[in-house]
Amino acid sequence: MYDLPQTDSHVIHEDLKVRARDVQVYYGATHAIKDVSVDIADKTVTAFIGPSGCGKSTFLRCINRMNDTIDVARIEGDILLDGEDIYDPAVDPVQLRARVGMVFQKPNPFPKSIYDNVAYGPKIHGMAKTKSDLDDIVERALRRGAIWEEVKDRLLEPGTGLSGGQQQRLCIARAVATEPEVLLMDEPCSALDPIATAQVEELIDELRQNYSVVIVTHSMQQAARVSQKTAFFHLGNLVEYGDTGQIFTNPQDPRTESYITGRIG
Amino acid sequence: MPVLWLVIAILALSAIGYVMGRSRALSSAGGDTRALHSLPSYYGANVGLTILAPAFGVLIVWLLVQPFFIDRSIASQLPDRAVSADTTMDLVMSDVRRVAEGLDVAVSEGAMTAQEARSIRTEFTDVRQRLGEVGVALGSNVSAEVLSAAQRYRSMSRIGNLLMAMAVLGAAIAGFGISLSRTHSEFRARNVVEAGVRLILIGAACIAILTTLGIILSLVFNTIEFFRLYPARDFFFSLTWSPSFGGGSELGIIPLLWGTLYISFIALAVAVPIGLFAAIYLSEYASPRVRSFAKPLLEILAGIPTIVYGLFALLTVGPLLVSVFGDEGVGWMQSGTAVMTAGLVMGVMLIPFVSSLSDDIINAVPQSLRDGSYALGATQSETIRQVILPAALPGIVGAILLAASRAIGETMIVVLGAGAAARLSMNPFDAMTTVTAKIVSQLTGDADFASPEVLVAFALGMTLFIITLGLNVIALAIVRKYREQYE
Ligand SMILES: Nc1ncnc2c1ncn2[C@@H]1O[C@H](COP(=O)(O)OP(=O)(O)OP(=O)(O)O)[C@@H](O)[C@H]1O
Ligand SMILES: [Mg+2]
Repeated sequence: MYDLPQTDSHVIHEDLKVRARDVQVYYGATHAIKDVSVDIADKTVTAFIGPSGCGKSTFLRCINRMNDTIDVARIEGDILLDGEDIYDPAVDPVQLRARVGMVFQKPNPFPKSIYDNVAYGPKIHGMAKTKSDLDDIVERALRRGAIWEEVKDRLLEPGTGLSGGQQQRLCIARAVATEPEVLLMDEPCSALDPIATAQVEELIDELRQNYSVVIVTHSMQQAARVSQKTAFFHLGNLVEYGDTGQIFTNPQDPRTESYITGRIG
Repeated sequence: MPVLWLVIAILALSAIGYVMGRSRALSSAGGDTRALHSLPSYYGANVGLTILAPAFGVLIVWLLVQPFFIDRSIASQLPDRAVSADTTMDLVMSDVRRVAEGLDVAVSEGAMTAQEARSIRTEFTDVRQRLGEVGVALGSNVSAEVLSAAQRYRSMSRIGNLLMAMAVLGAAIAGFGISLSRTHSEFRARNVVEAGVRLILIGAACIAILTTLGIILSLVFNTIEFFRLYPARDFFFSLTWSPSFGGGSELGIIPLLWGTLYISFIALAVAVPIGLFAAIYLSEYASPRVRSFAKPLLEILAGIPTIVYGLFALLTVGPLLVSVFGDEGVGWMQSGTAVMTAGLVMGVMLIPFVSSLSDDIINAVPQSLRDGSYALGATQSETIRQVILPAALPGIVGAILLAASRAIGETMIVVLGAGAAARLSMNPFDAMTTVTAKIVSQLTGDADFASPEVLVAFALGMTLFIITLGLNVIALAIVRKYREQYE
């Protein structure tokens, strides 16, 4: 009974942004994602939860085709962004990634100045006509990343010289600077203190006004606080997907219940 | 060869020592290895090492000191009239050694009895002819003083060798006895062996450093000697290089440095872009399968001896260039040997050097930076240009500087490809020469190590050494700084 995904209950019919059907991911012989079908709504925060190694990051990376950079990875099934198959050979993954931004589990600032880190994406995509346009974009992104106050006097210093938590917020600023339609965040707060975490959660809430956000988190509280939809992954299967409130108060699947109450690690 | 026998004896002794030490340790613990402080092999190794180390130490020191000692005492006994006005003490002593060697050869070939060798006199025998018969050619007739000094030399050497053998074997046996007597179950052989291993490693490091130091010192002394004979100002600032062994030579380094830098510049202009692009292709674009055979293939280029590149320059590249730029073509090139010929071939030689170093450095850039860039919608070449190369730049600069110092020190390609004319010219199709090529030509042939024309080689070598040392120090500093970034 568990092996059959209850496809219909995972499908919603509101403003659809991303629609995944029967997605399989293999790393060589490892079957990392099994038959996952999920609909991600626009202007919504969707949380992916589940024990370590269950495939949350893997599935997240399918949505902006970052798995293309891994030689051994193989993906089957369909993922549609605004009704368009992103794995269609006609789709340019570079264009796709400009629309679907990503923040990684570990901060990875470029060895450039703080300013250039944030300006990198906008410059590549020709988003600013003048230098002052670019300055504005950088400032707005850094403010949204909740790091502007800390770095406004040292924009030309290298981004690698910041603390781990500051680097992560810089990476968030860098990702939002290109104004993606979907923002994928892989445990964005795992290196942050409670204050910065609160700021990032505030940012996520704000982004929801315009974008669709997918966040992987190990913190149940965080998932409950920021997300409207929650998906629970276990051993490569999508076990349960639904409104956050319902998943946390009234889970349908015994595995979800034991994970939320702390019995599956 | 008594030294060879001595070495074999020491090795045999230490092998015996190993076995005996091991079994003695075992028997002292009643055959139970757990009762021993260390594994049995450590006790064996302890005995073996305690035999080897002092014996070889004595042997090496003795071999270094004995010739000095004998030379000094023979020289002090030589009567003044043996050193006439037209020779020096050094020359006479080398005659003495040569005659002594000749007598050794004669005895070992049976042309003379040992008794005869000890007692012959110039008055009764033509020593030069007798030695000539066994293949030892002497430059002049042997004087009575030299002959008797040579005979003294031989007897002192014989006694010395005998004493040496006794001292070395004594040291070995003493080591044997002491270490064996200390071997029992409580003895901490493991720690002692550890200390011994450390000493051996330190010794190897010291030898490497001391040799380098010795080379540098000999360079320095000969350079100073050169500047005593030839003004430093002319050496560094004169624009002509025209050595003539008859005297009145002009030994300006500038034309040679110019040739060196010009050729190196062309070589780097070839090697850096090609090597770097090859490295980028290999590390970023090539599939693992292509990479697994392309990289070793490129590295084979690095294993080709430079003389082969020189032949390639002389026989292929030179004529090819002449057919295009020579009198039948554009008319810029007189002959196949030219700066361009040597520069191009040297560039090819440096390609694998630049590419394999750069490839390592590009690979060291963390994958997370690439992911970060791709996730922002950057293409592969944007990622390479704007993220990977800037991140790898210090390391790549280091690689280029290392390649430059190789280009500056390269000799064979220049000798065969660039000609021998020291010339200051802008035309890359002219023949020119480099510092290294001139060092070779000044030292080959009948070299008289007292004339500035020969000693200049050391001054040239010193200059080159300082330039490449500077480049290497800068390069290593840059590479190290880059490494720190990701550690
Ligand atoms: N590059 C890769 N090559 C091979 N196997 C991989 C690779 N990346 C992930 N996997 C495997 O895929 C499975 C899912 O990994 P994934 O990183 O998606 O887990 P996760 O849910 O993000 O875990 P965590 O919470 O620890 O980040 C794991 O079994 C992992 O070993
Ligand atoms: Mg993960």
